[in-house]
Amino acid sequence: MYNGGKIIIGVIIFVGLVTFPFLYSGGKTTAKPDPKVDTPEILKLAENERKCVEPKAYMKGEHMKMLNEWRDWVVRDGNTIYTATNGKQYTMSLQNTCMKCHSNKKKFCDECHNYTAVKPYCWDCHIEPKEKES
Amino acid sequence: MGLLFSFFTVIALIVIVFIGVNGANLHYLFGVLIPYATFLAFIIGIVYKVVQWGRIPVPFRIPTTAGQEESFPWVKQNKIDNPSTSLGVIIRMAFEVLLFRSLFRNTKAELREGPKLSYGSTKWLWLGGLAFHWTFLIILIRHFRLFLEPVPVPIKILESLDGFFQVGAPVLYLTDLIFLGAVTFLFLRRVIIPQMRYISLAADYFPLFLIFAIGFTGVLMRYFLKTDVVGIKQMTLGLITFKPVFPEGIGIIFYIHLFLVSALFVYFPMSKLMHMAGVFLSPTRNLANNNRAAMHVNPWNYPVKVHTYEEYEDDFREKMKSVGIPVEKE
Amino acid sequence: MANPKPEELARIEYNPPKTGWMDTPTVFKPGIFPYGCKPKSLETVSFPNPRSWSVKDEDWKLPENWQEIFIEGLRERVNKYRSFRLFLDICVRCGACADKCHFYIGGGDPKNMPVLRAELLRSVYRKYCTTSGKIMGKIAGARELTIDVLKEIWYYAYQCTECRRCSLFCPYGIDTAEITILARELLNLLGLNIDWIAGPVANCWLTGNHLGLQPHTIIDSFDMFINDLETATGIRVSPTFNRKGAEILLVVPSGDLFADPGTYTTMGELLLFHELGLDYTWSTFASEGGDFGFFTSNEMAKRLHNKIYEEAKRLKVKWIMGGECGHMWRVWHQYHNTWFGPVDFLEEPVSPITGTKFENTKSNKTVHICEFTADLIKHGKLNLDPSRNDNLIVTYHDSCNTSRGMGFFEEPRYIINSVCKNFYEMPPNTIREQTFCCGSGSGLNASENMENRLRGGLPRANAVKHVKEKYGVNMLACICAIDRAALVTAVDYWVPGVGVTGVHELVANALVMKGEKKRTKDLRGEPLPGMEGE
Repeated sequence: MYNGGKIIIGVIIFVGLVTFPFLYSGGKTTAKPDPKVDTPEILKLAENERKCVEPKAYMKGEHMKMLNEWRDWVVRDGNTIYTATNGKQYTMSLQNTCMKCHSNKKKFCDECHNYTAVKPYCWDCHIEPKEKES
Repeated sequence: MGLLFSFFTVIALIVIVFIGVNGANLHYLFGVLIPYATFLAFIIGIVYKVVQWGRIPVPFRIPTTAGQEESFPWVKQNKIDNPSTSLGVIIRMAFEVLLFRSLFRNTKAELREGPKLSYGSTKWLWLGGLAFHWTFLIILIRHFRLFLEPVPVPIKILESLDGFFQVGAPVLYLTDLIFLGAVTFLFLRRVIIPQMRYISLAADYFPLFLIFAIGFTGVLMRYFLKTDVVGIKQMTLGLITFKPVFPEGIGIIFYIHLFLVSALFVYFPMSKLMHMAGVFLSPTRNLANNNRAAMHVNPWNYPVKVHTYEEYEDDFREKMKSVGIPVEKE
Repeated sequence: MANPKPEELARIEYNPPKTGWMDTPTVFKPGIFPYGCKPKSLETVSFPNPRSWSVKDEDWKLPENWQEIFIEGLRERVNKYRSFRLFLDICVRCGACADKCHFYIGGGDPKNMPVLRAELLRSVYRKYCTTSGKIMGKIAGARELTIDVLKEIWYYAYQCTECRRCSLFCPYGIDTAEITILARELLNLLGLNIDWIAGPVANCWLTGNHLGLQPHTIIDSFDMFINDLETATGIRVSPTFNRKGAEILLVVPSGDLFADPGTYTTMGELLLFHELGLDYTWSTFASEGGDFGFFTSNEMAKRLHNKIYEEAKRLKVKWIMGGECGHMWRVWHQYHNTWFGPVDFLEEPVSPITGTKFENTKSNKTVHICEFTADLIKHGKLNLDPSRNDNLIVTYHDSCNTSRGMGFFEEPRYIINSVCKNFYEMPPNTIREQTFCCGSGSGLNASENMENRLRGGLPRANAVKHVKEKYGVNMLACICAIDRAALVTAVDYWVPGVGVTGVHELVANALVMKGEKKRTKDLRGEPLPGMEGE
């Protein structure tokens, strides 16, 4: 007794599962995300003033942590002012500070979040900005 | 000896990739060539081993029967632990593979004064093993978000369930916590219980260290050191479409993680980790106990030399006749 | 050799030595290992390397190329048995099996943990059959097959009773019995059997039974049984032997023809079948249901059991009934059909008394006597007076082979509950599929390894002690001839005051027969309850 048929089926299932991403992509390249920072609010600023509250690299890696902290500081501790590393002060507010410049949630936030299947729960409480479909 | 050897082997692997990527700039080697080669070795190795097992016959039907066999209609059969049909076997195997039913039976023997032996139920190994394997699987499936574009809905659902408690940002995955805890438990019981330490080989410690290191670098990368996950997905998609790219800003921690996974790929098929495939082929579990009702064929069954009745009668004819036992030849 | 006192023997050290197991030499302790086989036994069945040798000698008188023979044998077998190869490959050493073995529980020798017992051979397999073992050596868990390693494998291959309890708990179903069976097969290539197996094998080859009972001595035994039964019941039974045209061929373990208390089981069967007027025959040729060849090699097992089917064919019976025996039923149930099938010269078994078809054995045509009797009782065909067993407070020992190699639990319990009123189970972790071996199975029932047998018998005896103290149990029922021989010793040592009986002895005591005289004595000649003064 060998049960060869069953073993072969098992092997095919295994190979199918582990090579699934290859088959799924079908060799097609997908566009890489390209978050846009060209909102009217940003374009209004002078070239050298187009800066976020912290440097870009820091924001890229830590924005989620920062937003989390802002929430805690504002909602739980009642602080509303954030002093950045360069000494400038900002009001800690997702809707009034962050989204003021980055009013393009779809092209800014969602671009990468969708790509990496991250679903932030910001909008469980905050009202999503209304954007015109472009 | 096995413990230290395994520990330093894993450390050495980390040092190699550190020097290779940060020192010698071998991004292509560690980011493309080695992952491709080891992944191929993983698949081929496993298929080779399974085919090797498959080519060996199962000469006898030897299920370990763990309940009442099929008998009279008025005797209740344990159809799962002692199946007599293929369906029963499938259920038995499903329990075994998905829920570790045999390990669930585990007991601990204790000898007290008297002497008095008792066998208490002990579920820790079962629980630890189950936690380890299931979280490993979920983590693996979760990783598919980095290999598939667009990301399929089930994977998104799995991920949001895993981060259900919304602790911190990035959201803490429960499986990460349980996984590292379970690996630690499996390691600790090996070093703390004297009998376990006694039976443990390098081949037992090495995968534990390696898998822990994989989990740990993953956790570091996600929660602490941070690396450009968008860049990583570009890279993984590049790999699966055979158009490798190296986006800027991918930290060494990612290369370490990837290289350790590559090491696991190579190690897997030639190690005890093959129990993953082997459990499906185990003749004491995957056969129905219908031995007397259906014939199991052994392909190498061969005629053997026997002592025939004629020879027997020749030896004992007179004695048989003397007590009135009928004989063939008078 | 005097055995230590139970209190001393029960002081067990479970902590392993400081040195790793590969670096801890195996010391051969008297009382633990059985004697080596005699040359004559091997010659009888044309086995290799017959010579006089002693386990205690430095020189085991092996052939010049013994390593080569062993390794070639190993390579051959890992390609013939998927079970063997798989079990050598996939063990993760999780340790679940460690404290499941009766020898480990009763002795504490770490190499008796099933995982480590298997590692003894697994390490050799790695060295000679796997790439990593060849290259990495010790760090990959591989080791050379030196003479000391061979001796160690031998020492522990004959400290495993192939009971499969470990296999029940293994998450992959790794079966140490399978590993022991093949280790012994390899050792037999070098003439390294033990006397207590090789002797019975040779006997069985020549006379048809392990004890070497020749036809006329079998008849003598039966004459004695017949007389004793007549004394007890007033009925003279008249069994037939080697009778052509009988409906059923009955084959029992020869131990039941020879020594107490097994003989009472045979007597019980004689009474039962007489009362039924069953058309059956005994055979002096197929006079052994057990198979010590199974403890030697697959081939030898098959060589010995061919006689059962040859005899069934010669006598033109319809089907075969098998007596109460443990490993016999493992072999009959899991191996016979593969070795000897298709068994198309017999008929699908039907009980001539009740008309019940034994569906679960329609291919192999072998019925367990307890299946047969349970069916009789279910159909009310027996007139039973269980009060005749009122002096007995009974517990039941599931024999390892019928439990984990068959799943035979309810039938014997049903019979016992029908023939006696006081039945108590031992604790759940010691019965049914979790049952403990008697400590002497798989041919280890010798006297020179008595200490190990007693150690191995401790878990079973201890559970008996539990029900003795709790319920006053005084009789241990079982359906295995080795149990009936071995448990007497183990129970006497650990729990004096408990007897051992076969199930059919209990049946016969309770059986009210047509035309019997007033029964005052049981089959053992002891007064029945309430008849003490008679």
